[in-house]
Amino acid sequence: METTYREAMRTAIREALLQDDRVFLMGEDVGAYGGCFAVSLGLFEEFGPERVRDTPLSESAFVGAGIGAALNGMRPIVEIMTVNFSLLALDQIVNNAATLLHMSGGQFNVPLVIRMTTGAGRQLGAQHSHSLEGWFAHVPGLRILTPATVEDARGMLWTALEDPDPVLIFEHGSLYNLSGELAEDAGPVDIHAAAVRREGGDVSLITYGGTLPLTLEAADRLAAEGIEAEVLDLRTLRPLDDAAILATVVKTHRAVVVDEGWRSGSLSAEISARITESAFYELDAPVARVCSAEVPIPYARDLELAALPSAERVVAAAREAVGGGG
Amino acid sequence: MERGKLVEWLVTPGDYVRRGDVMATVDTEKTVMEVESFEDGVIAELLAAPGETLAVGAPMARITPTPATVTATPVTAPAGIPVAQAEVEAEREHTTPSPGAGTPSATPPVRRLARGLGLDLTRITGTGRGGHVTRADVERAAARQRHDAGSVRPVRISPRARRLAGELGIDATTVAGTGPRGAVTGEDVLRAAREKEPADVDDRPGAPRGPGPVTAPAPAPPDTGQRATALRRRIGTLMSRSKKTIPHYYLGTTIDLQAAVAWMHAVNAQRSVSARLVPAALLLKACALAARQVPEVNGFYTEARFRPSQAVHLGVAVALREGGLVAPAIHDADTLTVDQLMERLRDVVTRARTGHLRRAEIADPTLTVTALGELGVDTVYGVIYPPQVALVGFGRVRERPWAQDGMLAVRQSVTATLSADHRVSDGLRGGCFLDLVDEMLQRPEDL
Amino acid sequence: MNEHEARAAVYAATSQVAPDVETQGLDDRSRLRQDLELDSLDFLALVEHLARHAGVDVPEGDYGRVGTVASLIAYVAEHA
Repeated sequence: METTYREAMRTAIREALLQDDRVFLMGEDVGAYGGCFAVSLGLFEEFGPERVRDTPLSESAFVGAGIGAALNGMRPIVEIMTVNFSLLALDQIVNNAATLLHMSGGQFNVPLVIRMTTGAGRQLGAQHSHSLEGWFAHVPGLRILTPATVEDARGMLWTALEDPDPVLIFEHGSLYNLSGELAEDAGPVDIHAAAVRREGGDVSLITYGGTLPLTLEAADRLAAEGIEAEVLDLRTLRPLDDAAILATVVKTHRAVVVDEGWRSGSLSAEISARITESAFYELDAPVARVCSAEVPIPYARDLELAALPSAERVVAAAREAVGGGG
Repeated sequence: MERGKLVEWLVTPGDYVRRGDVMATVDTEKTVMEVESFEDGVIAELLAAPGETLAVGAPMARITPTPATVTATPVTAPAGIPVAQAEVEAEREHTTPSPGAGTPSATPPVRRLARGLGLDLTRITGTGRGGHVTRADVERAAARQRHDAGSVRPVRISPRARRLAGELGIDATTVAGTGPRGAVTGEDVLRAAREKEPADVDDRPGAPRGPGPVTAPAPAPPDTGQRATALRRRIGTLMSRSKKTIPHYYLGTTIDLQAAVAWMHAVNAQRSVSARLVPAALLLKACALAARQVPEVNGFYTEARFRPSQAVHLGVAVALREGGLVAPAIHDADTLTVDQLMERLRDVVTRARTGHLRRAEIADPTLTVTALGELGVDTVYGVIYPPQVALVGFGRVRERPWAQDGMLAVRQSVTATLSADHRVSDGLRGGCFLDLVDEMLQRPEDL
Repeated sequence: MNEHEARAAVYAATSQVAPDVETQGLDDRSRLRQDLELDSLDFLALVEHLARHAGVDVPEGDYGRVGTVASLIAYVAEHA
């Protein structure tokens, strides 16, 4: 069945609403308007204003409300329009959702799912285009998911709702229109393991979320040059699947980390560090990184493209790692 | 098997080969075997020379589909070499020192850049208007300085290469690097190690070869002796790995072979010598059938889990007369009749001893059987061939006192042992296997 | 077949089956299995070679009578 990432996500939310009456969706414009990115289109009409709730423009208030509902037995899905706006709810996410289980001595789980859009590439300017999932992946107590395929868009939500602790799902804005083949019986998927999206023996391209498509494109181009790249989709940024990262590096001896976040203090830095910690003696080249330029993401089309990781840059980094780039 | 040494090419460029044709012989860890073509086509290029050691999967030759393409597609040298040369030329051009003179003028940022790079502005020739030193001039000078420093070239060695060099006793600083910026990679070290191995008996002690370190290679023993030594070392490596990683357990039972031997004698009496059976054929067939019913002894243990095999490819341990042993496979032994199995056994043993095994035969036995006891001993406690999970041993078939139904008799019997991997099976299942072998040998006509 | 011819036939068969065995100066008392290390398949090949080239069929029942080089030579001389 041909579907899009957006439709797969909507199917997942709809299924959750149908299967468990403790589940409800809330966020800015998720109801009558159908969601800023049209993910929840039609759900308000189907499930009514009690279960698909429009909220005031106060991330702190509605994320806090979500935490309260979760503490009281509900299974809320909170949508934050973009990751930039999630910063207004940082206190609720980091100081409350992530810590309550720990601070209550294990008495209170917070079974909350927060979905938000992340990433650039659509000329939405620096207010809406940043990739801050790496920040959240810093925080113990949170699980961070980055679905990058229609299967994961379809399947990660239900598994996240089953998790007794807070789970954040980052949906890259450029993926919503991604179409792909989805099995008729597609359902929940695991949310702990990374996935090899392409096998290869010469260099590992490690990525997640919005940069998976360009990384796969880079792998195609490299194959045309005789370089077989393995593409690892991390899927879950916290906790990281160390075994999968190690396995691919042990196989290829070279790694390029592709991350739309900024390079300094980033998730790519973390992955690079883990590779050198656990696989240093397997490396044949320095771990390379392809990240966004360290500027607020520009609005102008050409500048925005210049700031973001591209297949060309991944190809160049991979060539360099295998020794073909001079 | 991880690598093999190319012994000889049986084809030359321009030869037409069909899928399955033997193209070369390769000396592997265990034996010499033939390499077959996987394709129909024309040999366009041989990529390896006799004496070269190659990893499994390394390209050996290029085969093109039709003669037309041989002329249409010129044989290209490995990419990278022309590129690298071009780059060296370019660099030379860059760094050709241009005699310079005069007081340089430069903007403050350029001066600061030069100072930061530790460059003397008066030694930099300006190419700007009026001999003005530009940023580009400074950057070129910096590049030149780095290049000059390259004459006492700091060798880049990857962490993996450094580790492998240590393990293999290679001086990594003498290895030519192919990695990023000329770094020595693990592959480079492995290649150097392969080249360092005595390539053939022409290696004379003390004869330095290439730019490598001048270390006297070990005196070359005669060819068979050398091969036997190498084989012994490889068996040692393999068996050490087995004993280190596989928790073996051992079971043994004595099997009454009176019926089987009598049946075999009766059959052989009717036959010419070339069609006669030996007891090993019956023992192998019984093992193959039993393995089908006890899958825990038949398959591979890899990546921390057991992968049972649907097919039963019996490895037959064959002692080589110059020492050492190989265990080539008789494929799908469970589906062969005893006569077919006997024929395959003779064929594979003959070829193992003359060094003409095929790759698949070496690579994929799912269970090995040894009948070493033929030459006298009663019991064999075998070491499992990793990644297999069991080994069946048969001692000498001979007459023994046999107690049955309150009577003592003299009967033909054999001691069968099973060495099995405790990660995969327990004694109970292992015992089932030996029981089944016993049971089947009581009805030789049904084998 | 006289003893000389039988010896030549046995040596030829032995060299075929076990090329490493030096037949010149071979001790007649050598045992085929224990000393020359012929296994059952080698032995079968030896017997087959003798059948084909010397015309001597050694039936399985007689295997026990030909355990050494000397006894095999004698057997061939007698049956050829």
